[in-house]
Parts: sequence; structure tokens; C-alpha cells
Amino acid sequence: MVATKNTNHIVIEPVTRVEGHGKVTIHLDEDRKVDQARLHIVEFRGFERFIQDRPYWELPVIVQRLCGICPVSHHLCAAKAVDRLVGGENLTPTALKMRQLMHFGQFFQSHVLHFFHLCSPDLLFGFDSDPLQRNVVGISTKYPELAKQAVLMRKFGQEIIKHTAGKKIHGTGAIPGGINKNLTIQERDELLTDIEQMLQWARDAVKIAKDYTVENLELAKDFGSFESHHVGLVTPDGTHEIYDGGLRAIDTDGQIIFDHMDNQKYLDYIVEEVKPWSYMKFPFIKSLGAENGWYRVGPLSRVNACDQFGTPEAEAERKEFAAVTDGRPNHLTLAYHWTRMIETLNAVERIKELLHDPDLQGDDLMVKGERRQEAVGIIEAPRGTLFHHYRINENDQVVMANLIVSTTSNNTPMNMAVTRVAEKYLSGVEEITEGLLNHVEVAIRAYDPCLSCATHALGQMPLTIDLYDCQGNLLDSKSKH
Amino acid sequence: MNQPVTFFIDGQVIQGQPGQTILEAAQDARVYIPRLCYREGLSNFGACRVCTVLVNDKPVAACTTPITEGMMIENDTERVQNYRKDLIDMLFVEGNHFCMFCEKSGNCELQALAYRFRIPAPKYLFQFPQREIDASHPDIFIDRNRCILCGRCVRASKELDGKNVFQFVGRGTEKRIAVNADQLSDTDAVVTDQAMDACPVGAILKKHIGYTIPVGKRVYDHQPIGADIEDSAVASDT
Repeated sequence: MVATKNTNHIVIEPVTRVEGHGKVTIHLDEDRKVDQARLHIVEFRGFERFIQDRPYWELPVIVQRLCGICPVSHHLCAAKAVDRLVGGENLTPTALKMRQLMHFGQFFQSHVLHFFHLCSPDLLFGFDSDPLQRNVVGISTKYPELAKQAVLMRKFGQEIIKHTAGKKIHGTGAIPGGINKNLTIQERDELLTDIEQMLQWARDAVKIAKDYTVENLELAKDFGSFESHHVGLVTPDGTHEIYDGGLRAIDTDGQIIFDHMDNQKYLDYIVEEVKPWSYMKFPFIKSLGAENGWYRVGPLSRVNACDQFGTPEAEAERKEFAAVTDGRPNHLTLAYHWTRMIETLNAVERIKELLHDPDLQGDDLMVKGERRQEAVGIIEAPRGTLFHHYRINENDQVVMANLIVSTTSNNTPMNMAVTRVAEKYLSGVEEITEGLLNHVEVAIRAYDPCLSCATHALGQMPLTIDLYDCQGNLLDSKSKH
Repeated sequence: MNQPVTFFIDGQVIQGQPGQTILEAAQDARVYIPRLCYREGLSNFGACRVCTVLVNDKPVAACTTPITEGMMIENDTERVQNYRKDLIDMLFVEGNHFCMFCEKSGNCELQALAYRFRIPAPKYLFQFPQREIDASHPDIFIDRNRCILCGRCVRASKELDGKNVFQFVGRGTEKRIAVNADQLSDTDAVVTDQAMDACPVGAILKKHIGYTIPVGKRVYDHQPIGADIEDSAVASDT
């Protein structure tokens, strides 16, 4: 939309090129300065409620339907929790590596989708370029090779998921205590055929993101950027990790707030707050309180939180990234893209390693042990740390579920980024154009939010409905808490 | 030896044995007639009507109607297939069938029939009934949301297991499968009962099995239901 000088209430709806449905509202004061800017999540889901009474072994298959983009993350996170319910958390090497391969395939395809299909139009054409060109069709017209490469890269990731989970979307591979198939020699060789090409394209993608960020460093420093805490999984020696490991939180200077907390006691460390204007919750680090404890998750936070990558090329790229801020955490919102592509390179390096591992052809697929009635799974989804918490009864039925999804953790940061960008680019402007409003969306897109995933809760969200007359006077207000 | 009975299915001359039903005789002649409540080894019931054929233009259940000399049967025609399609359609909307996460998916006879009949979505309105789950048994899970009232569990329990674990109660839209106690754990049901393998859908499940059979290895992943009976299998859509 275009806002004229008479407009004091701007709505961007829907926010485009993100997963799910959301809107942004911006209120201007009498001097046309931004008074308030918010990202609203207008979807409503109900997974935490409607999985109740279902048998626990259905969880990894049901809850992955929260999302069509990163279902593998939900599938595996639920499976990790369910592993504990059946006492099968110490997976066999084949099961562990099959799941890791599935997850790296997921990271690869999800990051590629986001960078090339959703964000590259902004980066390659400009934030306020012609909107008729600033889209994936524009990319395929002007950069056909890049578009083709993006499609083939995503296809590669999807093929990995198919060979490990059974289907490209919403598979059934991870089962309580293991996996239901191994990787056949034929499937392995099929994937190895393309691996060198994928590596090269991942290197090229890192270069695009890196060059863009370095060349636009001054813009990035003031584009929806702010200092924050960061949270991500790392291995015991501090290596970047997405499937397992311990959760590490760092402060704005990179000092550790907590490291390798007990995953089963995550509620001692992370708390969620609800607010009346959004279906999405607002998590924060308990010890720091709601005001100061909010944090960021996702590629930027994972790269900030880890000490190194476990693969050589990604580690070399991380060092280059860290050098920009002299080793301190990088807080630039636009730097998410660079770190996302470093993770993409790491994913394909790890995929190559795994494909050469004979454990993937093993037949020992499942373990079971002492049963439990409550368990937590934590995993890194492409968009950030994901928590699944379940309790079952003596009849194997789910009686409680709590999910903290990645986008939820980035709720406060995204709102902050929206506010910063709105203040910088929209305040005092006579005519607010589509291009200016796209700046707000660019800030949101950097986080790669999945709004569908983030609105899974039911029955605990407060809701306020305000009724205004045409002069903007509040006539009535109803609230549910 | 009894004289064979000669009859006709869609003009094809077929010979069966006296006392055979249309469905049984057709199967011996490698002619597939869709079915759900029929199961080899159990008494014939005629509940689901998916095996409906036309005899002298009159719809009958092939699983309960004996063949007779010179009988003219309409089976694989548009009219009959449309009847069956409607019946399958109604079975879907009368229950709560969520194939996308049902562990029976790929092994489910109802789902397989929907694929065979190319039913992407039901044309009737979903009824969304409120039905009970019985998870009380340590090894068996009953989800009545998926029950199609075929009665295979009832007959298998009685005829094969020599028990009386399952029974129908209620009438009309209130009809449902009950167990011979307050809950399944109070009956003499055990997971090795043949009744626990009789369910064509995901209403009676063995606990803790879930999705152990990977996609690609399930019964109907590569061939449509009935292909094992027919001489030439039609290509699978699944």
C-alpha cells in the first residue's frame, strides 16, 4: 500500500515472502513519527490441544504437520522426546546418523528456499526496486542460472529427506527409539552423484551473502539491528550442532549465560509470556526476566554462540564472519543471511561425510529401555531452537504438550527490528511508498519466520478485540485472559 | 463331484462351485470385486456393501449372494463403480479418517479403495462424529473414530479366537463397536488374538508398533488393492 499524508495507521497485510500469515501495523503520531510498530500473527492453530489423547508414537508424525517447510525439525524433535518416553534415547549409530542426514537435508533445502526464493529478490534488485520484478519470477528472468541452481539445490535436500524419512514432506522415518529404514547403496550413490555440484553451489551462495553483507555493512549496521542475547545448541566442545548437544545462551558481549543446561529442565531456564495482541508467545531467559531476558535464535545466533564448526570450509567461513566484529557477537539483522549460507555449506559438507559412512547401511535400527511418562526434546530447526515437551498417562496417551518453536523465540526481536526499521525509514516521510514499506518486510524476512509453526497454541492465548468508529474513537473493547 | 455352476460377470463366462458366493467364485476366476467387511476365513456378513453388484439389474452384496446357473452379473461398469464410490465416500465422512497421520496409512483397505477408485476427497459433508478411544489395554489401542462397522473384529473374536471380546451396540447412527466389559483391559483380549489382525482400517491397533514399516514397504505402496487377485494389475496411483 501507499500511505498518504492523511494516513496515521498503516497496515502491511499479508507480510509477503514469509512462511505463514502475519501482518504489521504501524501507528504514526501527529508529527508523522512512528508511535508504535508491531508484527501480528493472525493465524490460529491448535496442535498442543488436539494431540491430547493421541498415543505417543503418533507424535512425530502428527506434530510435523505444524509446518510444510521444516516438518523434519518437528518430526525429529518430537522423536527425540518420544525416544526418552520409551527409554531409547541412546540411538544405534545407524539410527542416529540417518536422523542427522535427514536433518542436514532439511537444513539444506530450507535455507536454500529462504535465501534464493524469498530473500534474493530484495538483495539482488534492491529493497525499493520495482515490486513487479522484485520476486522469484524476476529472479528467474534476470538470473536464470541462479534460479535453476536454487531449484536443484532444494531438490537435492528433498531427495535426502525422501531417502531417510520415506517421503519428501511429512515422512515417517523417525520412530520411538530409532529409525524405520537405513540408506540403501543405491540411494547413497544417487545422492553422491550430485554432492560435488551442491558443495560448489553452496560455496557460491556463501559468497553472494558475504559480499552483500560486507558491501552493505553501513546499511546493515543501522537496518533493524540491535544488541541481544543469542541461544543455540553446541556440542560439549562448543562446536556448532543442530541435532543434539547442549543449549548455550550468550549475552551481548558473548559471555555465557548458561551452557549445556539439563534439557529436561528447560522450564528452569526459558519462560514464555503472553501478550493480548498476538497469537504468538514471547519467550525469555528466566534468570534475566521478561524485560531483559529476550533472545534471538536461528543461524545468526547459532554462529554467534558456537566456538567453531565441525567442517573445514564452514569453519573457515565462520572465522571470516567473526573477524568482521573482532570475535564479538554479530548483532546485525541482515547478517542472518550470511550465517544462513555458512550453515548451508556446513550442511552439505556434513552430508558428504555421512554419505561415506557405512553405518548408514547398518541394520540395527531401534533400541528401547526403561519407560518414562514425561520427556523433552530440543533440536535446532533451520529457524532456531525448537522445544517439544510431552507428558503421557499410563495408557500411553498424551496428556500435556508444550512446544516452543523457533519463530516464537524471535518474536520480540522481530518486533524490535520492525520498530527500528519503521522509525528509520517511515518517520516523518511525506509519502510512504510500497518500497519503503518493503524495508519493514525485509527486516522480518531476515529471520525467516515460520508463522504457521509459531501459532500452535490453543486455550491459553489472551485476546483483545477493540471496536473503533470511523473517527477512530474506541467504542468498545472485549478481552479474554 | 458337484457340477460346476456357469454364470456371467460383465459378459465373461465363469464357472464356480455350487454354494460359492459371487465374490468367492469371481475371485477364483481372478475377477476382483471390492470388499471391506469380507475376510477369508470368517462368515460372510454383508455389512459394508462395497461388493455391491447388479444381478438382473438389482443391487446385491456379492459376499452373501450365492451363484446360480446362468446368473448375469454386472460388476465393472460405470454404474456399479459409482455405487461403490458413493459407499466408500460415505464411509470416509461418517468417521474421522485422517490418513495423513494414521499409522495404518499404506496398509489400510479403506484408503487403498479410495486410491483405486480415484477419490481424492469425499464429495459428502464430513460428519465429524464424537467417538471414544479405548487405550486401557497395555498392548491394544482402539480408536473408534476410524471404525467402519465392518464387524470383522466381532466375527474373528467369536469364530477364530473362541472369545466374545467385541460386539455391536446401538442402532443407526449410534451404532458402534463395544467390548464385553467397561473397557478392553477388563476383557480376556490378548494381542495375539486373530481379532487384532482383522481390522481393515486403523481402528484396532497393536500398541508400540506405529510406523515401523517404512513408506515404500507398505502393502499398497506399489500396487492397488485387488491387484493380487487380478491377472493384470492396474498402475498404482499411490
